[in-house]
Formats: sequence, C-alpha cells, structure tokens
Amino acid sequence: MIGQSLSLVSLEKNYTNIKAVCGISLDIKAGEFVSILGPSGSGKTSILTMIAGFEMPTAGRIVIGGRDVTILPPNHRDIGMVFQKYALFPHLTVAQNVAFPLKMRRYSKKAKRDRVDEMLELVQLQSCADRYPDQLSGGQQQRVALARSLAFEPPVILMDEPLGALDKKLREAMQFEIKRLQQRLGATVVYVTHDQEEALTMSDRVAVMSNGTIAQIGTPVELYKQPRSPFVANFIGKINFIEGRYLGEETGAVSIRLSQDSVVTARHTGQCLEPGTLGNQGVRLAIRPERIKLVARGAGGTAAIPGVVNTSVFVGSFSIFLVHLAGQPDQVIQVQIAAQAAPPFLSNDEVDLVPDEGAVHIFPATAEQAA
Amino acid sequence: MTDSVHPHMPIAKKLTRSFFRTSSSARSLSPALSVVLVLPLLAVFAFGFIYPVARLVALSFSGFTLAQYRRLLEVPLYMDVFAGTLFVALVVMLSCLVLGFPVALAMARVKNRTTVLIGACVVIPLWTSVLIRTYAWIVLLQRNGIVNSLMVSTGIFDKPLTMIHTQGAVILAMTHVLLPYMILPIYAVLRTLPADYARAARNLGAGPVRAFLTVTLPLSLPGVFAGCVMCFVLALGFYITPALVGGPGSMMISTLIGQQTTVLMDWPFAAALATVLLIITLALVFLFRKTLSFSRGLHSVA
Repeated sequence: MIGQSLSLVSLEKNYTNIKAVCGISLDIKAGEFVSILGPSGSGKTSILTMIAGFEMPTAGRIVIGGRDVTILPPNHRDIGMVFQKYALFPHLTVAQNVAFPLKMRRYSKKAKRDRVDEMLELVQLQSCADRYPDQLSGGQQQRVALARSLAFEPPVILMDEPLGALDKKLREAMQFEIKRLQQRLGATVVYVTHDQEEALTMSDRVAVMSNGTIAQIGTPVELYKQPRSPFVANFIGKINFIEGRYLGEETGAVSIRLSQDSVVTARHTGQCLEPGTLGNQGVRLAIRPERIKLVARGAGGTAAIPGVVNTSVFVGSFSIFLVHLAGQPDQVIQVQIAAQAAPPFLSNDEVDLVPDEGAVHIFPATAEQAA
Repeated sequence: MTDSVHPHMPIAKKLTRSFFRTSSSARSLSPALSVVLVLPLLAVFAFGFIYPVARLVALSFSGFTLAQYRRLLEVPLYMDVFAGTLFVALVVMLSCLVLGFPVALAMARVKNRTTVLIGACVVIPLWTSVLIRTYAWIVLLQRNGIVNSLMVSTGIFDKPLTMIHTQGAVILAMTHVLLPYMILPIYAVLRTLPADYARAARNLGAGPVRAFLTVTLPLSLPGVFAGCVMCFVLALGFYITPALVGGPGSMMISTLIGQQTTVLMDWPFAAALATVLLIITLALVFLFRKTLSFSRGLHSVA
C-alpha cells in the first residue's frame, strides 16, 4: 500500500574508524514529504542506503508501517527508490523498465500492462513506451525512474538527489512534478539532497544533517526563521554573521558590543539562548540579508548598527548592498532590499543597518563554526 | 582558419600546421597524418599476412583443380580432425566461460587492492610462455607425474592413469592457457556497469540470483561474446599445446597442417586445410558479431 509511516530508531552506522551516522531517530508520518539535507559527508546517503537495505545499520531499527524491516533484504522491503543517475536498465525498454517490479511480484500479464500504461500516463510518457532509456532526454529518464519506483505502490519512496543531473530550468519543473505526484498519490517520500532550495520548496519537513547527526528538523519555515545553530542558519538560505561581546540584558533586550564604539541592543528571540548563560563572553549575531533595513546614519535608533556602503549589486527583483561595519572594513554585511529606480545609497555613504524586530539570532561564539 | 589568424606565417610552416591538424584543436589529426601513422602497419599487414594468405589459397587450387578439397572431404580422418578441433574449441570456450565469469565478477565487485591481486593472478600467466605452461601440464599429468603419484600413493587409484596425450588433457591445458582471454573482456564490461543497476534490481524486488540473471548477466553479454569469440578462435588454431599434450587420437587442425608442411611436404594439401580453417574462423567471427548486434539494448552498453 502506498503511503505508510517510517520510523528510524536510534540508527547508527560505523565504517572502519568512521562514524557515518550516530544515533538518528526520525518519525515520518504516512504521506509526509521529508527531506534529508546536508553537505556531502554528513551521512545522508548512508541513511538512505540503510533504509533501502543495501547496508546494515550497526545499531538501531528501521520500522515501516509498524513492520520492523531492519534485517530484511532489500527485495523484501517493498521500498521504491529513485537513484541519483536513475539506474534505468539500458537493455530494457521504458515499458519493460516500469514493468520490472511488477514482473518480480508476479503480476498477471493484463494487470502488468494496465499498470504500466497507468504509470506512463501519470508521468506523461505513453508515447515513449517502446524506446530505450538512452533514447530519452535526462528529464524523461527521470520521469521513467519515477514511474518505475511508483509502479508497485511502495509504502515509502526514497529519492537520492534525483534532480542533481538536470539543468536548472528542468530541475525546477521536476520539483513541482514530483511534489504534484507525491500529493496526488499520498506517497511517503524521503528525499535526500544537498540543495537547500530544493529541500525548502518541496518538503513538509526538513532534517538538516551535520556530521552524522540531525542538527535540526522542522518545517521549512521553522528552519528558516528559527535556526537553532549557526550551522543551520548558514546552510538554509543566506545569513550574515557578526561577532560581538555580550554586555547584559534587561527585560529580554540584550546589549551586545560590536566594536569600540558601537553597541546594539537586540530583542533575542529566545529559541537559541538560555538567558544568563552567556556571562561576559563572545557571541555571534546572525541576521538574514532581507531582514535588514538601510537608513541614513543617525536615523536608526538604538538597535542600529553603523556601517559604510561598499558597493551595491542589482539582481533584478532586488538589490544587494554590501556594507562594512563602521571601523571594521573586513566585517562585510549583505543587505537585500527591494530594487528601486535609483540606488538609495552610493559607495562610501554612511548608513545605519536596522534589523527587523526578531530578526537577530544570537548564538554563543563557541557554537560550532558555520560550514 | 590558420591563414586568417597568422597571415604572415611562412608557407612551409603553414603546410606543416595543416598537415598535423585540421583545426586549431590539437585533438583531431588531419587525414593525411592518420594515413602516415597507419601506413607502416598496413605495409606489414599486406606483406606479412595478405600476400602469403593469397599465395596459400592459390597454392591450394594449384593446377586449377579442387583435388585437394575433394581429398579433404573424402578421407574420413581429415573430417574427424576438423570435427574434433571444433569440439575441443567449443568445450574449451565453454569451460573458460564457466570458470572465467565468476573470476571476472569477483574482480569487478571487490575493493581496489583485491582487484589488483586477482588481476595479477590472471595476467601474470599471460606473461609466461605458452610452452612453459604446457610443459607444466606435462609434468603434472604424465604417467609418473605429480598427479598420478599422488593418487597412487594415497590409494585413490591402484595404478597410474593415462592422462597425458588424451583429448581431456588437451582441453584442460588449453582452458588454462586461454582463461585470461575470457576473463579480461568480461571484467572490462562488468567494471563499467554501475553498481546501481544491481541495487535497483534488488530494490525493485529481485533476489540476488534473479538480479544477476535479469540485469547483470544480460548487461555483461558484450564482454561474454568478446571473450567467447577470442577463446574459440584462438582454440581453433592452437598449435603448441595440442601438439605437446595431445596424442595421435586427439589431433587438431594446426597439428595436421604442421605435419603436412614439415613432415610430408604436401604444401597444396596443407594450403587447402589452412584455407578451410581460415574460412571457418571468419564465418564464426561474423556469426558472433551478428548475434551481438541482435539486441539493440546491448549496443547501448557496449
């Protein structure tokens, strides 16, 4: 049956002297689209190969729809999988490829033919049924791989960077295509990628991986607005980091000294720091480029950070200003503002950077370095 | 385009340029240079192979009669030798396939260092002379050889068996000698198959054996065919091993041809034998190629 729950219970994988996955627990609801996002080497592919059954976990359990599949061989798991390079069988036609899992499951001839037709219609490739994979474009091959993985209505579908080999335009179109199919069929999808944009646009939830552990899991909005570590903040979207020193706080407003002559107060958002844990130590402020306003020097009030415009770049729907902090020419902040007919500031203009309410994330400086 | 780019270049230099390459890209050689590069080989091939073969064929028809060929067909012994040769070649090819495929598969599947180790085991015998490898089999199989004395002393046999100078010995020794020619082409194909194919098959519901039979094996067929052609054709014309290990009852064509030329000095008949062997070989290679291009899917892999 398509669309079942998947649970990973303290899953671990050790290779000789490398810990690839260190005790991951993850509950995925039936019909949910969960992305596993992380830089290469973060253990995301190891998780996928363990779910698929190509590798045995060192410890932990994998449960699909209440059935423990940890020690089952891959062919008894009924998991659909879309491989990075599709892995379509080159000696079989498109129809034969899609029929392969049905043949293995001993479908009757008629049931097989009907199902193949249905799947090819789903991905709009009826006309290519008798072609061989190497006669198709990358996008078409991708759709065949999708149809093949869906044909036997697997409870869980794994996708291993399935769009990595496509160009940008096609990739975006396929993102919507995959999302559309997943919602229409109610499939449970685990999607592995290193492309944060892909993860954000497609997923119900995203698990950000770092060094074999889940750094944070949540909806795309949660991850974007409330990153729990500098790593996550930096990996999801763009973010500016500013080093500073914690001075003290009053009713939630934290004072931070950025340099000899600039102190900012920021209302901390509460999710990343325990009040009073910082003492007199270094902190890192993190602010998204689109959540900063630029105003003329002196107009910014107490929350403002004084800076000097280096340069600005027109990117179409918005402009990016590169601003360095007053007195710290190597501390450059990106500010993203709506494009205007004439740039509001020129190079070397003195400005104030005004972060939006709740836009400043404060992390201890000792927190892991952003990758 | 060299002309427009270097208008002042001396003519001679321009000519050398255009001789060596067709475009500014250094990758493609001009047709003229390609011909020059192939010429020595062509010359050797023409004088060393085509000319003698043509002479040989002509010799077999000397006196403008088909007498030599008629003799070949009429004397049962010669037909027996041909049939025997084809049989031995076929058995050798099949045993090479059965023994070689697992080795090639292992070589393609295991990690780097083990591949090198297996590869060395396969290739190093190739560097040893066929003569030496054949003599090794004589040492092993002869009446007072290692195998016989071992069998007799352990009481498995009462008295030494006749193993040398039999067809079995010829097949055994030839399989040993030709095994690398089967393993290497299969390995070359298997190595280029992404592991994802087998994984995808397993993922889609095939057990290990089924995944092998439905995906890995069909995709390795180009290598299997190449290996089979090579083994079969080499086995057809094998001379040293059958001559040393085989006996009068297991004579192969090349031995017969050798006899006719060096002992009996019957050159026209030897030429007829050689011509028939050549035709059989070419026909088989052609047939194999036909089979190979039978499935379009195979082409995309090869």
